[in-house]
Order: sequence, then structure tokens, then C-alpha cells
Amino acid sequence: MWRWLHPYAKGEATYQLLGRWLPWVTALALLSLTVGLVWGLAFGPADYQQGDSYRIIYIHVPAAIFSMGAYAGMAIMAFIALVWQIRTAEWSIAAIAPVGAVLTFIALFTGAAWGKPMWGTWWVWDARLTSELILLFLYAGVMALYYAFEDARTGAKAAGILALVGVVNLPIIHFSVEWWNTLHQGATITKFAKPSMATEMLWPLLISLLAFALMTAAFVMLRLRHEILRHELHRPWVREELLNPKSASADINSQQEQS
Amino acid sequence: MTRGYRSQLAALLKRDLKVALRRRSDVINPLLFLFMVISLFPVAIGPGPDILARIAPGVIWVAALLASLLGLERLFRDDYQDGTLEQLVLLPCPLPLAVLAKILVHWLLTGLPLVLIAPLLALLLNLPLSALPVLLITLLLGTPVLSAVGAVGAALTVSLQRGGAVLSLLVLPLFIPLLIFATAAVESAVFGAPVFGQLLLLASFSILTLTLTPFAVAAAVKVSVN
Repeated sequence: MWRWLHPYAKGEATYQLLGRWLPWVTALALLSLTVGLVWGLAFGPADYQQGDSYRIIYIHVPAAIFSMGAYAGMAIMAFIALVWQIRTAEWSIAAIAPVGAVLTFIALFTGAAWGKPMWGTWWVWDARLTSELILLFLYAGVMALYYAFEDARTGAKAAGILALVGVVNLPIIHFSVEWWNTLHQGATITKFAKPSMATEMLWPLLISLLAFALMTAAFVMLRLRHEILRHELHRPWVREELLNPKSASADINSQQEQS
Repeated sequence: MTRGYRSQLAALLKRDLKVALRRRSDVINPLLFLFMVISLFPVAIGPGPDILARIAPGVIWVAALLASLLGLERLFRDDYQDGTLEQLVLLPCPLPLAVLAKILVHWLLTGLPLVLIAPLLALLLNLPLSALPVLLITLLLGTPVLSAVGAVGAALTVSLQRGGAVLSLLVLPLFIPLLIFATAAVESAVFGAPVFGQLLLLASFSILTLTLTPFAVAAAVKVSVN
């Protein structure tokens, strides 16, 4: 049943697979990001109470959700790396951590910018804000530990253990608005209940959510490809890959999109 | 078989206690540090008894946190350097159990003295007497968490040359939930609000970490020893 998965324990197979998917994911991410943000920021209706300043929700909520989603993904990869000793999973810890940290920072930053007009303050020590800040520290710890060791494999495993221990923070963040009486409002979108926002506002938000998911995936894939190249530089396939312009076209595309 | 484990664990406990007690300064220095940090606050903020009583729970807890970080680096360092840690991994007794023994010794030598001198600290900071039992209970429940979570960080960084900075970077964020619950409990005790729920939460937190972290510490020790 899992046979199709086995080749991707090897760096080369994963590299090729990511190379094939990356242009599509990037294109879809750019498209949905444009649609979601333009719709939400320019054409969606203004809030009756918060006016136009609520529009930051189209960046804040997706960034916050996927800062946790990226952490969950990193923890799953850490688990795979520790249990089955798969090297691509180890590298993907290093690929995911900075992306997740940036998403966490975006969530905190946009939250502060939103809090200033709404709550009258940039920052309050409320449960959700504090636990999201802890998430940022956890990402920092994982990255620091990953690169602290002479031996890269030891570093990856140590970072993986830390990532798994830090998973306890995810439910704390998620339920912080329910467990404590906080300034931060409760969840707007839940799976089981009717969302507490107008449909014209909901659609752009859902599209931005999709966009942030795709964007996160694209950045992680790009970083993982680089990570694989960095670790397998001594292998012959890397030399072939880098010297052969035919299969390197995907690389050029992605670099153009970056710049 | 379980009997064999028990005698091994007893021997481990005895050995760790003996080794740690040979170095008295390691036990006493964190306590001195704790006193100094506590006495810095009245000097810096001003000796007004109202302010001190207001900040006392937080100050005592933060000082306890920092003091527990001091000796943490040493938890596995010496054993790692002289090869004892490898022998620990090779023991027939499961590694998480052996690690739990080390955590216990660490708590006996850092956590317990802290709980014992806490009434004095509370007196220094003018904490209302009615809140003192709650403070002691939170410390009693919380300091094992400090030792257990700290052990994860110590085991992860034991093979690093300068592990101390990374260690505090790793461990402090994980202490924050504990800090929130513990200080909230003491503060509601100061205001005469019910604290039972918060203490139960703290107790469950303590049990959860003490049961789960030994496995993480064992995995980390194995990674570090290689």
C-alpha cells in the first residue's frame, strides 16, 4: 500500500517530484492570492462596526492558521524523521521552520496593526497573543537547535524532538480563546457551525486561506529542494542536475518568480 | 524483573544524590541567586509594601524559573563527558525510567529547597499570609515541571560546546504556560478568589509532563550519545 511512497525517502526522487509540482503550486498560489486579496481588500463590503480596518483579516487569519498548520506539518515530519529515520523528512524540518516563523511573525504583526485601532493598543498579554508569541519562540528554538550541531543529522533529530515537545502549544493556541476570557475574539470559521460572518466577506477569506496554504506549500517545496541540493552536493545526480540545462528549466522559472 | 529495575533505580538515585551532594555549591548557588533576584526587585521598584505584594507571585515564580535554569546545564553534562550517560543507555532498565530518576534527583536538589525557602521569600516580598499556602502548592506542583521540561532541553543540548544559551532559548518558552497558571492561582488567592480549579489544572499539567517528558528526554539522550 505504501510502496508508492518509498522512492521519496531518496533525495533525488523528492527533488524531481517537487520540481514538477512547484510551478503549478506557485502559479495557483499567485492566482488565488491575487483574487483573494484584491477581492477582500478592494471589493468586499466594509464592516458595519469596524469599517475598512477589518480588511486586515484577509491576511491576519490565514497567516495565523497556517503558522500553526506549518508547525503541525513540521511536527509530523519530525515524527517521521525520528521513527523511520527518513532523511528527506529531516531536511523538511529545516525547510518548514523559517516559513512557519515568518507566518507567525506576519500573524503577530498584522494582529498588532489591527489591535491598535480596535483595542486601542498594539499589544496585550492575552492568552492567544502570548501563545502565538510562544509559537514564534518555538520556531526560533527549532532553528537554533537544528544549526547548533556540528553533525547535521544530530541537529535534525534534536530539532525534531523539540518540535514534537512543542506540539503541546498548538491546542493551547487554538483553545486559548475558549479557555480564557480574552480580548481576542473567538473563531470566525468553524467546521461545525455556520460561520459568523457575511457570505460576501467569507468567500474572499476562504480564497485567501487557500492562497496562504498554497503559498506556504510553495515556499516549503522551494526550500526543501534547496535543502536537498545542499545536503547531497557530493552525489553525482546533483552534478548532472546542475550541469544539465534541460531539466533545470523548472529552477529558472522559480527563480524568476522570486525576483 | 521489576524487582531488578527497582534496585537499579535505587542505586541510580543514590549515586546521583551522592555525586550532586559532593558539589554543595551547585545546590546552594541557585538558592543564593534566587535570593539576590528577589532582593533586586524591592531595590529597583521601591519598597512600597502594596506594590511588592502585588508583584510578589510573579517575581517569586520568575526567580524560581531563572534559578532552575542555572543548574540545568549540569544535569547531563558531567555524565556525558565521563561516559556515564552511555552506560545509562546500556542499562537493562528502560531509559525513560532511568531518566526519571535523574529528574527526581534534580528536583530534590533544586526544586525542593526552593519550596522550602519560599515562605521566607514571600515574607520578604510582603505577600499576604493567606496566599502563602497556595504559593507553596503551586511551587510544589510546578517545580517538578521545571525539572522535567528542563531535562528535555538539557538532554538536547548536552553535546553542544556552549549549550547554555541555546538551552534557555529552548526551555523558557515551554515554561510560559506553567508560569501563567501558577501566578494566576497565587494572584486569585491574594484577592480571595477560588483557586481550586487552577490548582487542579496545575496538577494535571505536572502529571502530564512527568509522564511524557521522560520519553522525550530518553530520545534526546540517545540522539546526543549516538
